[in-house]
Amino acid sequence: MSIFTDPRWGEALGHLPDYLGNHVRVSVTALALGLLVSLPLAIAVRNRRVARGALLGLASIVQTVPGLALLALFYPLLLALAALSLSWFGLGFSAFGFLPAVLALALYSMLPVLRNTITGLQGVDAAILEAAQGVGMTARQSLFTVELPLALPVMMAGIRTAAVWVIGTATLSTPIGQTSLGNYIFAGLQTQNWVFVLFGCVAAAVLALAVDQLLALIENGLRNRSRLRTALGGVGVAALVAATLVPNMMRAQTNYVLGAKTFTEQYVLSALMTQRLKAASLPATTREGLGSNVIFGALAANDIDVYVDYSGTLWANQFQRTDVRPREVLLAELKTMLAKQNITLLGELGFENAYALVMPRKRAEQLGIRTIADLASRAATMSIAGDYEFFSRPEWTALRKAYGLSFRGQRQMQPDFMYAAVASGEVDVIAGYTSDGLIAKYDLVTLGDPRRAIPPYDAMLLLAPKRANDEALRKALAPLLGKIDIATMREANLRAAGNDAASSPDVVAQWLWEKVGKK
Amino acid sequence: MPATPLIAYANVGKTFDGGRVVAVDDVSLEVAEGEFLAIVGGSGSGKTTLLRLANRLIEADTGSITVEGEDVRNVDPILLRRRIGYVFQSGGLFPHLSVAGNIGITPKLTGTPPAEISARVDELLDLVRLDRAQYRDRLPHELSGGQRQRVGVARALAARPRIVLMDEPFGALDPLTRDALGDDFRELHRTLGLTTVMITHDMTEAILLADRIAVMGGGRLLAQGTPSELSESGDAYVGELLRTPRRQAERLGALLPRESAA
Repeated sequence: MSIFTDPRWGEALGHLPDYLGNHVRVSVTALALGLLVSLPLAIAVRNRRVARGALLGLASIVQTVPGLALLALFYPLLLALAALSLSWFGLGFSAFGFLPAVLALALYSMLPVLRNTITGLQGVDAAILEAAQGVGMTARQSLFTVELPLALPVMMAGIRTAAVWVIGTATLSTPIGQTSLGNYIFAGLQTQNWVFVLFGCVAAAVLALAVDQLLALIENGLRNRSRLRTALGGVGVAALVAATLVPNMMRAQTNYVLGAKTFTEQYVLSALMTQRLKAASLPATTREGLGSNVIFGALAANDIDVYVDYSGTLWANQFQRTDVRPREVLLAELKTMLAKQNITLLGELGFENAYALVMPRKRAEQLGIRTIADLASRAATMSIAGDYEFFSRPEWTALRKAYGLSFRGQRQMQPDFMYAAVASGEVDVIAGYTSDGLIAKYDLVTLGDPRRAIPPYDAMLLLAPKRANDEALRKALAPLLGKIDIATMREANLRAAGNDAASSPDVVAQWLWEKVGKK
Repeated sequence: MPATPLIAYANVGKTFDGGRVVAVDDVSLEVAEGEFLAIVGGSGSGKTTLLRLANRLIEADTGSITVEGEDVRNVDPILLRRRIGYVFQSGGLFPHLSVAGNIGITPKLTGTPPAEISARVDELLDLVRLDRAQYRDRLPHELSGGQRQRVGVARALAARPRIVLMDEPFGALDPLTRDALGDDFRELHRTLGLTTVMITHDMTEAILLADRIAVMGGGRLLAQGTPSELSESGDAYVGELLRTPRRQAERLGALLPRESAA
């Protein structure tokens, strides 16, 4: 199959109106808000040295915060504000998706606009300013008829830079629930769908270039006082915005929204649930690639309706518990804690996606290692790798304490690469995930945990408060409960990790349903 | 010479940098209606500061300045500047506005109807001898230095001021252009009945154009009067200033045969 006939191009194209539309909407709104704040600020501080320095310094600091972190920071901030507003004024708003993305991106757009506006205004020849005064202009007239028109080329250059930054950074708003062209990239990276990754990157680049060129046309028109060029550029920007608004108007509002975090298994499971809902004639859309700490809040706030989480994750992350409890006790306690937030724990899917120490089967057999307890005596000569969060998680602390583990060295790795690294002997042990398909692929083995240091990580279906009594939804999802065992999920994950059309989450979800639906 | 002064400085002082730099030191000077006064002095003599005090581009520290009988402190500076024409060194034209836009700026600020401004612009282009059709829509960078300065003069006259202040208006021009512009302006001054104060560092130019000359040095007014009154001044610096044009005139008279001077 040639790269051009790959059916995933068609699939990617099908998402384009939705992803591109959302991307343009969030970028344009953010840029407009950024300009609305930055331009008056820049004008106000241009002749005040201290204020100018402080403002530019602040904007520079914002710029040094990585885009993803800035976006992620706005979510909890707005969540707290929304709660406050609800309790004070009885007026709640959604802290999910659009709003935090717009605010963070607007903040991100400020530096180039501020800097270029100030530079542009300061660059106006002092003799010209004197002349403006001399012919009898007020400060305001001087600003609007002389200073701003003369500073305009420099200002427009800043606005163009801001537009390109905002459009690029908007791809990172996917994890906080704002659909964007980043959906291609996040989904593609996780499911090894390079067609999606490429499609998302190219689409974002083309959009950035198009907007940049339209703004250049406006700038050129203003500079050469060509009404035609200015109008053409303006019409182009307006048309872009209008075109992206149309599909939004037509979208049904009663959809069930299914959430998914940023890894393969979640994409497969959300595809599976979407298929089940559609089979039951329930309209469904997905919000994929959501950050682990965003998704729970989104469910609690009714921004999404259903998603799959893991008992251990909820226990340690959402409820900040560090104690280790037997599975039944933990599940019962979780159920009560969730009920306090009106979240329904619909049930377990039947498999666990826990952290587990993993090593090659042959090596484990040679060394006679079956459990972590067996590993402890040899750990001093071994190295371990984990994902970016593992070594700061309570499980790691608990493991070391329970077994007295002390490794020669530890490394952090992208999860997809960990398994290959341990299979090739580059590291001796990894902290893998029990449901990962690569365990079977590389003939690895998970080591037993006789002292139960790692809490259970049962995959479980959670329903949003407003769906608590939705019988149709419960009925559509019920056939999945308790049906997916660890071997099946591993195989599904392995299938989804491939890099071809058969590995798309949709196709894998169909395969999965054929296996579990008949049980 | 008419008796009513149109501009009067009385014991005016101005310092910069918190008193460290004395720009104008206790100057008293009157400019009569219809008079053409030249202020001559080297750089740093305070002549530009003195000029700008009149339309409040700079505020005086001490003393008082009256324009058309009113103390300028009691007049809104914006309105004051709109009724006093000001010609800047090398034009000071707004680079993004056309010739017409530059000339019509002050009437536009005061809300004059566009048609009226347009008619006035044409009238002024005639007055400063620039072809209407050819120059109206040009941008300043498309003009020669002399043309720019003509536009600068037209702009200063746009709101029909009685007073025109000129800050070294012809300093950056070549001698021929400079001479032609000087003559043309002198003619405008006469026909429009203007009161003109012109700054120059060139004593020859001052003698040729002005009715009276004020000599500034180190912030002080060293001497004032007609050229012949000045030549009787005992001030050494004034004498020095007058020596140059005299010597030039003598040498030119000796070197150039009369017939070819036309």
